[in-house]
Amino acid sequence: MAGDVARTGVTVVSGAFLGMPAFPEAARAAVHDATLRANLRHATRTIRDKRARAVAELADFPQLRAAGHAVKDHTLRHLDTYLLRLEAAVTAAGGTVHWAADAAEANRIVTELVLATGEREAVKVKSMATQETGLNEALAEAGIRAYETDLAELIVQLGHDRPSHILVPAIHRNRSEIRDIFRAEMGGWGRPAPEGLGDDPRELAEAARLHLREKFLRAKVGISGANFMVAETGTLVVLESEGNGRMCLTLPETLISVVGIEKVVPTFRDLEIFLQTLPRSATAERMNPYTTLWTGTTDGDGPRTFHLVLLDNGRTDTLADDVGRQALRCIRCSACLNVCPVYERAGGHAYGSVYPGPIGAILSPQLRGTASGIDASLPFASTLCGACYEVCPVGIDIPEVLVHLRERIVQGGPVTRAGARVRIRPARGHAAERAAVRAARLLLDRPTALHTAERLLARARRLRHLPGPGRAWTDTRALPAVPAEPFRDWWRREREPQR
Amino acid sequence: MRVALFVTCVNDALYPGTGIAVVRLLERLGVTVDFPAAQSCCGQAVYNTGYRYETEPLVRRTARAFEGYRYVVTPSGSCAAMVREQYPRIGRRAAAEGRGGELAELAAGLAPRVYELTEFLVDVLGVTDVGAYFPHRVAYHPSCHGLRALGLGDRPRRLLAAVRGLELRELEGAEECCGFGGTFALKNPDVSVAMGVDKVRAVGASGADVLCGGDNSCLAHLGGLLDRRGQAVRAVHLAEVLAATEERPWPGTLRERGSRW
Amino acid sequence: MTAHDTSANGAPRMTGRDVVLARIRRALAGAPPAAPVPRDYLRVHADRSPQQCADLLAEHLADYRARVHRTGPDGLPATLTRLLSAARGVLVPDGLPGTWLAAATAAGAVLLADRPEDTPAELDRADAVLTGCALAIAETGTIVLDGGPAQGRRRLTLVPDHHVCVVHAPAQVVDSVPQALERLDPTRPLTWISGPSATSDIELDRVEGVHGPRTLDVVLVWSQ
Repeated sequence: MAGDVARTGVTVVSGAFLGMPAFPEAARAAVHDATLRANLRHATRTIRDKRARAVAELADFPQLRAAGHAVKDHTLRHLDTYLLRLEAAVTAAGGTVHWAADAAEANRIVTELVLATGEREAVKVKSMATQETGLNEALAEAGIRAYETDLAELIVQLGHDRPSHILVPAIHRNRSEIRDIFRAEMGGWGRPAPEGLGDDPRELAEAARLHLREKFLRAKVGISGANFMVAETGTLVVLESEGNGRMCLTLPETLISVVGIEKVVPTFRDLEIFLQTLPRSATAERMNPYTTLWTGTTDGDGPRTFHLVLLDNGRTDTLADDVGRQALRCIRCSACLNVCPVYERAGGHAYGSVYPGPIGAILSPQLRGTASGIDASLPFASTLCGACYEVCPVGIDIPEVLVHLRERIVQGGPVTRAGARVRIRPARGHAAERAAVRAARLLLDRPTALHTAERLLARARRLRHLPGPGRAWTDTRALPAVPAEPFRDWWRREREPQR
Repeated sequence: MRVALFVTCVNDALYPGTGIAVVRLLERLGVTVDFPAAQSCCGQAVYNTGYRYETEPLVRRTARAFEGYRYVVTPSGSCAAMVREQYPRIGRRAAAEGRGGELAELAAGLAPRVYELTEFLVDVLGVTDVGAYFPHRVAYHPSCHGLRALGLGDRPRRLLAAVRGLELRELEGAEECCGFGGTFALKNPDVSVAMGVDKVRAVGASGADVLCGGDNSCLAHLGGLLDRRGQAVRAVHLAEVLAATEERPWPGTLRERGSRW
Repeated sequence: MTAHDTSANGAPRMTGRDVVLARIRRALAGAPPAAPVPRDYLRVHADRSPQQCADLLAEHLADYRARVHRTGPDGLPATLTRLLSAARGVLVPDGLPGTWLAAATAAGAVLLADRPEDTPAELDRADAVLTGCALAIAETGTIVLDGGPAQGRRRLTLVPDHHVCVVHAPAQVVDSVPQALERLDPTRPLTWISGPSATSDIELDRVEGVHGPRTLDVVLVWSQ
């Protein structure tokens, strides 16, 4: 499928966002797109208060958060052990486990598995991992059509668009835009939109139901991700709302689940934490409408064949970073997106990744490295206001990781890429800044010199427009008036003599 | 009681009125204020932009400048958060990278002695009514680092509520970031300004004639927007509101020589 | 090191599994031990009587638009007959009590047995499905099916547009998610249902009724 995007003109190829401009430029278009701003503002504000209420209902939410944090850290610390345990349990329950070091390997495995069934189409339940690997495009190259069945993913797929939110990939679209996409595109993929389709969300949901039903009922292959994998029992867990997940997980004969290696948890009991924190943090519900838990295959119930593809694709590189590895705790709830003031204005597409928002700003540059313009700009796409950390149900200190990644970009240093330890050099684009920071630091470390500079500044008094990078300030904001004298001089005159 | 004023580099160079206000306010409350001249900048902007190594000398300088003081008071939630949250972290990493334990010791030693102004007033001095008089309609913007990193909670609002003549107006979306974010304001100017414009619109809707906050860096950003947009609202640091009395009212402008205070 | 380099050296080609496991071990070399997991969160969020627990379940099911019907054992058949009165074909899993079957028949419905050879398209012709459940969770308004007696295969409660589910209180009702997991068998296929199918995908506003059953009737039967 071609992935031309009307709004930004970026083409998606194999899951990478080629030609993606750096965040500030990408965000500029979004900031000035009035419809997009209104859509995002409405949606994120709707969910913010609801989340706060759903979380406040549990008096022990802080304890659940701490427990989730600790379970994830413990699992990551012993990741090899738990993955092997998981593999053994899934195999014992009738499943087959595959390991993929990168996106290409995962796509190849899935493509071969689908081709081996003799089928040329598959139904998919929303999965971040397969978006990350660009699976749909890889399948298309092999002549396999993958149908997205989550309502928002359907909107994105029909609209030749890209997802802009982890939980609600079409959050950038409002109801009338969705109606227009359904009317124009559904016919090309199967059952057309009903005559005279309106923009009431109920009507739109009904149109999706009718459009997808024929696909569910004839599907022989289902493709999914998973929210959790239980090492002890080999159980996989998918949380969803619409029932498309249940359709994909239970009706086809073959089920292929592509899951990041960080999704494993040690025990079945550990789910008692996440099944409480995830729905409340994500859709602000006490519980999402449907949760499916399956262990391998079951005679006479559900798929006869089950394949689990464990995906690395940069996760082990992230694991090697002692500050950055906490990003692997993420359970993809998207609460950090919904509270982020930068996300609300810049929109998800500006992040140039299937993982937008604050978590994307620390995950993408770790999974993909910081070589590209977009990845090197993402850690700077934050005011460090801390709202993301405050709501994170597994306590990821996103501001800490952002600053850590900024450091890696401007100072360079040791990183792991594709399993190999390498040393990256300071990014070239920051040379002038580095010189300025160094000069400023030298000045700030010498109060006498600083004092002289302050006095020079006081003499210059009121500046209206700054040259160079300072224009980014003065184009829109007045400068503070420079005082006649710095505080030090007042102190020296008014207080020092009294001592 | 004797305290050291940690005025911060931004206030020293651009907002001396805030530093003067802290001195007058604390002296009025019976506190002896020192200003250790060796202080300069906590290094927050340098650190948050990614230059941890360049930050280390500033950590050392700041920690040494305030050695011996039980209380170090600063009119900046952001700089207080830098010292309390990041200094120990910077020290630990320097030690882990083999540059010795001295920085870690200095950093850990300073962190618990630094108080943001409202923390010092409410928690240490135990006052909320500081005897101030400020006859204006005021909207309070809780800056992010004070709000989330320090957990200042309702301390600033309690202090403002006790100011005679002051009418505290509700600010919609008060807890949302103003968009300043240090070098973010320069690196991502479009988003920064979009956030700031939403904030100053909310300020306009609040009916306030003064926008009050605990961080002059955020207020510089918002004040700059208010100015360019022609909104008749003044951005004033909380310390200056609390320092104002009937006998010595707020001078009304930060441009004048600080001695007017 | 990649799988490729290794095979070029003439050594046995590393599998994806070897590569990933080796990377993990290298990444964790020298990492400090993880802190113990604090389990000081609550097992239940309030001290409730069985009656209060059933009340909470009813309230929370209704919050997310399930239709809740409360009755005693004697009133159950009449309730089922009423709920199924509009259905022509009703799917019935194995192990359904005779009184429930009789109630469905009394509604004028044709009973459709759960047969493994039926295709999803054939199931789609049924109007409703009648089941019991494994347990229900009051704090979240959730019913859980585990494929046990009177529950059937998972697809049975998925394809028809109307699901009637009987919950026995207090026996099948637990307070909380932790209590539920203690009672469930992870080797069975589990389906947790909290209200009818819904979506928040359009403007983050919740709309009920997408792919799963759009009507969920929960009959809460109180028998001490």
